[in-house]
Amino acid sequence: MFAALGDETRLVLVMKLCGGQPHSISQLTEGSRLTRQAITKHLRVLERAGIVRSVRKGRESRFAFDPEPIEGMKDYLNFVSTQWDEALGRLKAFVED
Amino acid sequence: MSNRIEKRIELRAPVTRVWRALTDYREFGEWFRVKLEGPFVAGQTSRGYITWPGYEHLKWEAVVQKIEPERLFSFTWHPYSVDLKIDYSQETPTLVEFRLEKTTSGTLLMVTESGFDKIPSARRAEAFLRNEGGWAQQMVNIEKHVAQES
Repeated sequence: MFAALGDETRLVLVMKLCGGQPHSISQLTEGSRLTRQAITKHLRVLERAGIVRSVRKGRESRFAFDPEPIEGMKDYLNFVSTQWDEALGRLKAFVED
Repeated sequence: MSNRIEKRIELRAPVTRVWRALTDYREFGEWFRVKLEGPFVAGQTSRGYITWPGYEHLKWEAVVQKIEPERLFSFTWHPYSVDLKIDYSQETPTLVEFRLEKTTSGTLLMVTESGFDKIPSARRAEAFLRNEGGWAQQMVNIEKHVAQES
């Protein structure tokens, strides 16, 4: 039911960005064993999912937590909805038994 | 965008039976997989523990709103609040409503959960990552399965 949290690197990135302040890739790479390229790849995955967005500032891209990730909301509702389907399936079996 | 979940399910059981399964705390616990401390009382917090294997350490908590016999049962809660590191009490809860209607073959149960627009973005991100993790695990399972076949 509660599958393990996804990729740990992405989770750490989300945690860092949760505060709302935009961060540069250098800032996000700090303290990580991963390269800038690897971190950027993870950020792009999060961006495509609507979890974070990138803003250009001069020559560098900064990443920030998207306050209204429509896709993220859809995923969340789908997740809760699936839990209800399962619970109501069990209720059906329970009362019809 | 929709910020609520709506479910309708036809149950081949009388309204009285369905009502008991929803509002008797022991029966509710059977199918919802939660062990509750005591009966549901309107206006009071219902507490217990998840009985899902591997998740027995997780608390279950909801505030009962309405108990209108054989018609409406509702509570507010923090849906699937499974991360022990997060203080969910700071978040606005969602409202779950169970409505019952008699039909020729039994009972029509309508479940709505509303108030998702207040769920913080961090929770949505968490759900996204969890789903993603779920899919990753499914791929591993498929891979294993295929490997055994060949």
